[in-house]
Amino acid sequence: MSDYIFYPGCSMESSAKAYYDSVMSVCQALDIQLNEIDDWNCCGATEYLSLERMPAYALIARNLALAEKQSNGSKTVVAPCSACYLNLAKADHYMHEDKAFGKNINEALAAGGLHYTPGKLAVRHLLDVVLNDIGLEAVKAKVVKPLTGLRVAPYIGCMLPRPDYGNRYSDTENPTELDDLLRALGADVIDFPLRTACCGGHMTQIGPGTAFELIRRLVSTAADQYKADVMVAVCPMCQMNLDAFQGQMNGYFKTDYHMPILFFTQLMGIAFGADAKELGFGSEFVSAREAMSRIGVQTPEPAADAPAKKKPAGLPMPPPLVHASQTTTHSKEAGQ
Amino acid sequence: MPQMIDERAKAGLTPEEDLSLLHEVSMKTAGDSHVEMCIQCGTCGGSCPAGMDMDHTPRAIFAMLRAGMREAVLKSNTPWMCVSCYYCTVRCPQEIHITDVMYTLKNMAVQSGMVQDSTASDFSRTFINFVENYGRSFEIGLAGLHNLIHPRLALRLPNMAPMAIGMLTKKGMSPLPPKRIKGMKGLKKILKRAKELEAA
Amino acid sequence: MSPTKRPKERIGVYVCHCGSNIAGVVDVAEVSAWAGKELEQDGVVVARDYKFMCSSLGQELIERDIKEKGLTRVVVAACSPHLHEPTFRAACARAGVNPYLFEMTNIREQDSWVTTDKIEATKKAKALIAAAVGRVAYQKPLESLYVPIDPNVLVVGGGVTGIQAALEIANSGQHVYLVEREPSIGGHMAQFDKTFPTLDCSACILTPKMFDAGNHKNITLLTWSEVEKVEGYIGNFTVTIRKRARYIDESLCTGCGVCWEKCPKKVVDPVFEAGLGYRKAVYVPFPQAVPKYPVIDRENCTYYLKGTCKACEKFCPTGAIKFDQQDEILTVKVGNIILATGYDLFDARKIPNYGYGRLPNVFTSLEFERMTNAAGPTLGKVVLRDGVTQPKSVAIIHCVGSRDKNYNNYCSGICCMQSLKFAHLVKEKTGGEVYQFYIDMRTPGKTYDEFYQRIIQEGANMIRGKVAEITDTARHPSEEGKLIVQVEDTLVGKQRRIPVDMVVLSAGLEARADAKEVAQKFGISCSADDWFIERHPKLDPVATMTDGVFVAGACQGPKDIPASVAQGAAAAARVLSIIGQGEIEIEAATAIVDEATCVGCKECIASCPYQAIQYLEDKGKAYVQEALCKGCGTCVGTCLPKSISLKHFTDEQIVAEMIGAMQTMKSFETVEAA
Repeated sequence: MSDYIFYPGCSMESSAKAYYDSVMSVCQALDIQLNEIDDWNCCGATEYLSLERMPAYALIARNLALAEKQSNGSKTVVAPCSACYLNLAKADHYMHEDKAFGKNINEALAAGGLHYTPGKLAVRHLLDVVLNDIGLEAVKAKVVKPLTGLRVAPYIGCMLPRPDYGNRYSDTENPTELDDLLRALGADVIDFPLRTACCGGHMTQIGPGTAFELIRRLVSTAADQYKADVMVAVCPMCQMNLDAFQGQMNGYFKTDYHMPILFFTQLMGIAFGADAKELGFGSEFVSAREAMSRIGVQTPEPAADAPAKKKPAGLPMPPPLVHASQTTTHSKEAGQ
Repeated sequence: MPQMIDERAKAGLTPEEDLSLLHEVSMKTAGDSHVEMCIQCGTCGGSCPAGMDMDHTPRAIFAMLRAGMREAVLKSNTPWMCVSCYYCTVRCPQEIHITDVMYTLKNMAVQSGMVQDSTASDFSRTFINFVENYGRSFEIGLAGLHNLIHPRLALRLPNMAPMAIGMLTKKGMSPLPPKRIKGMKGLKKILKRAKELEAA
Repeated sequence: MSPTKRPKERIGVYVCHCGSNIAGVVDVAEVSAWAGKELEQDGVVVARDYKFMCSSLGQELIERDIKEKGLTRVVVAACSPHLHEPTFRAACARAGVNPYLFEMTNIREQDSWVTTDKIEATKKAKALIAAAVGRVAYQKPLESLYVPIDPNVLVVGGGVTGIQAALEIANSGQHVYLVEREPSIGGHMAQFDKTFPTLDCSACILTPKMFDAGNHKNITLLTWSEVEKVEGYIGNFTVTIRKRARYIDESLCTGCGVCWEKCPKKVVDPVFEAGLGYRKAVYVPFPQAVPKYPVIDRENCTYYLKGTCKACEKFCPTGAIKFDQQDEILTVKVGNIILATGYDLFDARKIPNYGYGRLPNVFTSLEFERMTNAAGPTLGKVVLRDGVTQPKSVAIIHCVGSRDKNYNNYCSGICCMQSLKFAHLVKEKTGGEVYQFYIDMRTPGKTYDEFYQRIIQEGANMIRGKVAEITDTARHPSEEGKLIVQVEDTLVGKQRRIPVDMVVLSAGLEARADAKEVAQKFGISCSADDWFIERHPKLDPVATMTDGVFVAGACQGPKDIPASVAQGAAAAARVLSIIGQGEIEIEAATAIVDEATCVGCKECIASCPYQAIQYLEDKGKAYVQEALCKGCGTCVGTCLPKSISLKHFTDEQIVAEMIGAMQTMKSFETVEAA
């Protein structure tokens, strides 16, 4: 039994429920004990860093401080989301490298009665833990339903191999970790040249034209050039961009791709013999049913699209919006 | 005094002359950004997946920082198009932390009020409002709210609404806001202190 | 131990301004006034400061004081003893003071250059002078030793640099041992087809020199050989060389070539053909190889692998194949050594985004050199990896692995000109489109920029930008089946994707993979990038800090052919000048045994790295051979009864030096406290 401090991240509670379920299933099978950080907060994604530096790092560091307090011997924080992983790693790295900066962040944490010792914890992604702590041999030993015949495009994305503060990955451009893992599950892994290209990040929200082109490059290369059955992601944001926005990307370019985008833990679960429904299959936008049935795995059909005409109802109202211009005034005041 | 500036420009002088700009950017970036070491090779501009849509390549932005062109840099869409893929950062032959510098430029643009198209900064602000009030973020609420602020974007994205519904039906996501963290009071204090330190 | 009673000496102290190098930070006037007053009790009778002590006027100042004021000891506070200790020792000697009664203290490199704090720098200068004054009174007159120079020379590396050096020395009548690791001399230059900027044929200008080196009566050519051990010192080195077995009897072999014609085993040649072509298991690397004898590659030879074959032996008309041949160990004596070990090519596989090793039609510069060589694997045709298709467009990428902190921080110097040469060759041989991707075009050699202009005129497309990536993943139908070079055209300020058929990477030059080991073997040092370090970057570019060991060519840093040849000849000239002197002065600071207390335990003999200590059987005592002793002091530390001391570095001198420094620092503290 290996003990880890677990930082799930916000997506795991909402859009990436399938990821959460499959992570839990796989970790149980591999005897990985995940101890969730009590009362963790959002890492701020790429958004807080875009607005204000110190609050953004303080927000991230609160999680590290809580994790340090709760560590109980374990020094490794595991994050399943690449963006969360990088933010936590980045805060630790800069607090350690830039001592004055680290001191400032700790001064902010002190206002909430917390403290983090830079360099104290190792921040790692679940993929790294499975590969390097559990090992491919142990994974292979758990495989009861090899994924033989399933053509998989391994998509690792940006934020694990880059900038890679801890030198944890084999290459910044062509890391083979995900390939190795999927191969250990028996899958037919394609040599995907875009395995670390960008999924579009937050551009799906703010500049869809830019994002759709990035999604198109990934999906079309995997589908047309490499005839992949499914693409595998290691990050909720990548998965959402490629899955949820694939239909709109098709509309934008007048194309008709149906590339299922799955989490690596979902395929691990299938190979370990878990039930597809418990691994969150059926919650994807682009159905994986046909692809998975090719290797004899039955997965639930995603619920039918809601009628397009139905107005979006019942969305919650958030607290009053502080507009950008007001933010400016606010920070100026703080400066005086 | 715009007239003065025009005269300078006519005489062939740099319209703005803010040679401390580069240093300021460096100071406002965590760690050692090495931004002053740029050799203008263009590895960043060549690597950028969003480079086609930027009005200046990152390399050109660094040249403009050197030339002290504060307004042109802070009004540029370049940092807002950054997708944080870190290709430029790992490929840069001078080890400049380019992605982090892009974050700094966004901070400076928001704080100076020079942001031209506020689509991106408003998205960030909406996102952060959830975080500052709940301690957690909330994707569905975010997409809906963001579209309310930016109907232009919703027009560009005719399918946005069905997607939000899909989120509810396929993913079984809760339409309620995220649960507020227990330590919200402490987090607010931390963020308040951090904002004071940032402004200091 | 405390020093014995201080001898009464008359000491002169001279503080150098070194222009503003020292005087800009250290208050030199104050320092000399202080020395004259505060160190009077220690024997200082005169203290002066002067703008340039090393000038003739500065030296005359010392000589005059020695004569007029009867100085018996001299202290100069100036730069590093590396630079001017010989200057001032000579001045003392001219005025009749033994050179070893002079002491130099460094207030520049170790003081004014390393701080901007004028007050602290001035204090440190005083402390250093007090230390030198402290020790100088205890110094003893010593006589330098002179040893004869062995006129034989060792040249390591048989590329164009080593060949040049060897020929210069051999032509003057001295004997040279030219040692080369590969089966033939010729080095990288033998692999090239054309040389910039004149485009003359590389083989045409190199092979006559190779032939001369191979047939010179004053050159012993040892190829397929490596230096294993170096002992001794300038004038008297003993070098152990391993001459690896070729499995060929050189006295019988005529170089007819039947053996490699008949050999059934074909292997990729990673060295001479840069991995682009094949050779046999018994081979000469290229037709003009010197010497003409082949080598059997034991690792690939079927006979050594399986015990059968022997095709070469069957067909050899002179019976020269000797499967049981053994390595030979040779010992040679030389007076000087020139290292000309060259460079390795940067391994372009390290840059994942350039796809070398993954994308077949990405080539390195050395592969391209072989491809364009009429005697190379494609007989000079420029073709894709399939061996037949002529490319319609070629991208040539500069600075691959150079000027990049992720790989090598330095400029490799030769790549711009080499890439321009490639552009010409592509145009000449294919008529296709050529793109040059460069960061800065660096063409400072004689007629180099004219060559650049010629290539522009020939129609090469020049794109200023460091290439971001090379990919075969098409985004658009027009890119399909091509290699796409993605780059920011920095002069336009836009990202561009340029589809081409072939990419050539101008890979940078790196120090040899084993440069550190080689440096250690010869007692010299390497820079952070593993290049051999010269004695002085401007004024002594081919000497090293180890007397009698010289460096030339690309082993000292990236260099093109003209610069390498010039250094080879320069190193030869330096060596010939030493040989011409006949004998050389050896520093007198050697170890000496006090026979009265030596117990004959032999600990010192075991500890001496230079084998300079003998055991005198008749007396039962240790004895130091002065000519072999380098004055390192290791034996002094191991001698339990303290019978060994180092002349010029006695305990008494060192303790006096420390007391001088510490008392001065202490006095400052007292003053500050008060």
